[in-house]
Amino acid sequence: MTLIDLANPSRFLALTARVLPWLAGATVILLAIGLYQSAFAPDDYQQGATVKIMFIHVPNAWLSMFVWGVMSVASLGTLVWRHPLADVAAKAAAPIGAAFTFLALLTGSLWGRPMWGTYWEWDARLTSVLILFLMYLGLMALWRAVEDPSRAARAAAVLTLVGAINLPIIKFSVDWWNTLHQPASVMRMGGSTLDKSFLIPLLVMAIAFTLLFVTLHLAAMRNEILRRRVRSLQMMQASRIAFSSEMGAGSREENASKEAGAA
Amino acid sequence: MSLGPYASFIVTSYLAAAIVVAILIGWIMIDYRSQTERLRELDKSGVTRRSGRSATELR
Repeated sequence: MTLIDLANPSRFLALTARVLPWLAGATVILLAIGLYQSAFAPDDYQQGATVKIMFIHVPNAWLSMFVWGVMSVASLGTLVWRHPLADVAAKAAAPIGAAFTFLALLTGSLWGRPMWGTYWEWDARLTSVLILFLMYLGLMALWRAVEDPSRAARAAAVLTLVGAINLPIIKFSVDWWNTLHQPASVMRMGGSTLDKSFLIPLLVMAIAFTLLFVTLHLAAMRNEILRRRVRSLQMMQASRIAFSSEMGAGSREENASKEAGAA
Repeated sequence: MSLGPYASFIVTSYLAAAIVVAILIGWIMIDYRSQTERLRELDKSGVTRRSGRSATELR
């Protein structure tokens, strides 16, 4: 099956039916391994056991940006290639991305209180991630506000691409400005500064959460395709009812004129 | 496994993640059931797809 075959929603539905159980199984296994490794990871010499929050906070923070990246590629697909599944992919990803961003903010706040002495600080990293969360909510509101999915898709695609400017701002905010948030310690020039005892569970959890996103995204895309099928069938049903009532009215008028002529 | 003096922050983080992920999974499953139920109702009322396939057929 090539990528072009997946442009057909029916083929996509058949593929998801086959793939989803395997993806869900792999996600559960990797999450179980990641949680086990996180539970038995050693305490940090400075942070103590609170370092365990990192194993849940960092994957969510990565995914908050990754999901917007996926939506940006899908938006290009909508505007440039007019791929039939592109806006389905973007729309289905938004609530999942919003949930991951919310978790990144919440767990970051819960990690910040014991380590920084505050739940929140209006610094560049925290504020730019909060803006990302609000943009997710704005996109979801836009999709709900416009009834026609194709019109909503074009407006949402433009907004998503404009919003992608925020991704490098989030990533480099800790380098460009003096922030309370620590600088990058995993994805950086010169390699990770994390010890293997923290890095391995963190990577396992990051892969597990990425698989979770892929699973949920495919399932949400399947739902969106079915929702559009329901919508088009309801419109067909409504037009049939309107047509048959017009036909009924037409034949009644014809009969009435025949009767008048006979009289 | 001792979580030290900040155990409540650690446990709350993991609990919050579990709850949010459970809500996401539940929402997607409920949405799927709702859409397939609506397609079944349309199928019963005699509305068919342009391809002639049943509304509930996932192809």
